[in-house]
Amino acid sequence: MATRSNILVCGGTGCLASESDKVIKNLELIIKARGYENEARVIRTGCFGFCEKGPIVKIEPDNVFYVMVGPKDAKDIVDEHIIKGRTVDRLLYREPKANEIINRQEDMPFYKKQLRVALRNCGLINPEDILEYIAFGGYEALGKALTSMTRDQVVDEVKRSGLRGRGGGGFPTGIKWEVTKKQDDNEKFIICNADEGDPGAFMDRSILEGDPHSVIEAMAIGGYAIGASKGIIYIRAEYPLAISRLNTALNQAREQGLLGKNIFGSDFSFDINIKYGAGAFVCGEETALINSCTGKRGEPNYKPPYPAEKGYWGHPTCVNNVETFANIPQIITRGADWFASIGTEKSKGTKVFALAGKVKNVGLVEVPMGITFREIIFDIGGGIQGGRKFKAVQTGGPSGGVITEQYLDTPIDYDSLISIGSMMGSGGMIVMDETDNMVKIAKFYLEFTMDESCGRCTPCRIGTKRMYEILDKITSGKGTMADIDALKQLAYMVKGSSLCGLGQTAPNPVISTLKHFWEEYMAFIKDVDNPRGEGRHIAKNKIKFATEK
Amino acid sequence: MTKPHEIDVYEPVEGELPKEKFDELEAFINSLESTDGALIEILHKAQNLFGYLPRDVQLFVARKLGIPGAEVFGVVSFYSYFTTEPRGKHTISVCMGTACFVRGSDKILEKLKEKLQVQVNEITEDGLFTLKDIRCVGACGLAPVIMIDDKVYGRVKEEELDGILDTYR
Repeated sequence: MATRSNILVCGGTGCLASESDKVIKNLELIIKARGYENEARVIRTGCFGFCEKGPIVKIEPDNVFYVMVGPKDAKDIVDEHIIKGRTVDRLLYREPKANEIINRQEDMPFYKKQLRVALRNCGLINPEDILEYIAFGGYEALGKALTSMTRDQVVDEVKRSGLRGRGGGGFPTGIKWEVTKKQDDNEKFIICNADEGDPGAFMDRSILEGDPHSVIEAMAIGGYAIGASKGIIYIRAEYPLAISRLNTALNQAREQGLLGKNIFGSDFSFDINIKYGAGAFVCGEETALINSCTGKRGEPNYKPPYPAEKGYWGHPTCVNNVETFANIPQIITRGADWFASIGTEKSKGTKVFALAGKVKNVGLVEVPMGITFREIIFDIGGGIQGGRKFKAVQTGGPSGGVITEQYLDTPIDYDSLISIGSMMGSGGMIVMDETDNMVKIAKFYLEFTMDESCGRCTPCRIGTKRMYEILDKITSGKGTMADIDALKQLAYMVKGSSLCGLGQTAPNPVISTLKHFWEEYMAFIKDVDNPRGEGRHIAKNKIKFATEK
Repeated sequence: MTKPHEIDVYEPVEGELPKEKFDELEAFINSLESTDGALIEILHKAQNLFGYLPRDVQLFVARKLGIPGAEVFGVVSFYSYFTTEPRGKHTISVCMGTACFVRGSDKILEKLKEKLQVQVNEITEDGLFTLKDIRCVGACGLAPVIMIDDKVYGRVKEEELDGILDTYR
């Protein structure tokens, strides 16, 4: 039944932690008490992204955006806004710089520079109602692919769009699909990697919580393209809300005949199973993930053979990340050319970043590739908290490096980030201010990779441990120049000789902090007076050798 | 691949673990279409039932699936979600994700260790709390975050900890 007003309340994990469920309950109670059930409806949506100011409440069609709404504010929203038509000014967003009230979402600096493709439905629809997804164009792409496109055309469309893997590596999605499609096997699999392990990144979780159907639809499209009739979503067991919404969505899709046999009357049949992770960062690596799906320890394998040739139970398997999938339906409906018109030459489309740390507006932002760090941190993020000075930003989580002020105007894409010593990763973006000690940050990341190293290959298992020990020695004031040399040498050794991406990237935080924050290391070192000891000389030559390969 | 064995289902020795939970676990394993690749799923179920995965439970699963106990233990010890120690009545998880770390969650963790007189993954003397550090709750906007059971507490300050803990005492 259509109502005059829709009250959208954020039901993402962040807002739920600030009692948005109570806000919903109170709104519903008061609406009922006032006899306005036919006039206003409360909808629990996915994440709006503006987590700093949560819980978020948005009134449609008035397009009014309320921030930091508490359970007690429900009365005013109903009595003033819904019944009397007056906005509740005290709940509106106040722009701190100009100190002016902004009531429309699109006028807020946090949203102005964003372009939402993967997050298009998050904060807009009720994720537990497939009809809302369909009303916003959902499953149109699947219908189009199945009824009017050949498998080759689908693969070609994705290839031409220039979409690259959003989980970190940035491998072209279309090529992955093409290789899997080419394999000669009756049974193939398509897997969604929802084992979001980067501490500080939560975009995959938000997509699954806010718009689970976009992933399901994309997996079906992918299944059709590569010739797979079975899909698997591998998700962290620590994400109970995402799991529950995903299950609801899968059941609704089956009821509507959008999963199952002969979808859209075609001869294509497809269904999806959920497999649960159990807390292992390395399972984000695709061969480790596949091992974990078969109930084993999640250790990576040597590649080749690639999963596209020999994956799940030995069959060709295509593994894509949640955010990658969320882009697919839009690419099919709006076309590769539209998608390729966004972004930079080699990195097309948008990227979702989890902006966190010492920035004023913490939250989830989706921006076109090619935007600069300065725009994200200072325009969208509102600058540094407490008026302190910016020091660095870490991208790529434990696999990335720190980016300093001199690179703030670098346009962000896969290749530019690598060239400045970091990487895209899954999109965590942690901002640090002048009070953060970078050696301790490097130690923090090493502690993480040391814990998460699966132990399969020696360089990573022992190397990360030794590096952590050295960093611990340095930060406790007992380090010497010889330790710095050993640390450097180990860093390049682990990077060059580890089996999988975890080990190959684990030293990045150390390498980049050594490069940009040498003086902070030196501040911990006792024999600063003798910076050019013999050890340093030897290490230098070794490093040269390691980087030349 | 392995199939469920019909032979000698393992009988728990110590007898401390409730038999009806073993029965429920057995019924769950029997209800699976195939046990191929289902070990992690079964262990999730077992941990749900028992709260943790003691040796007897691991061996029970191994016998049911007809695989070596070492293989089960290998999986249990690999994944951080699985625990072989009993938990306290409430689990306190301190988020040690990067966003929380740069906003001081390490200090919160230290303070909790001091207040509860335990180390990480240990249970308090009164059996009320287990202290854990976890990676990321995904509520980075509220950093630093702690979770007690399923309830998330955001923007936690050291001086608020006593008040929060008291609500569980």
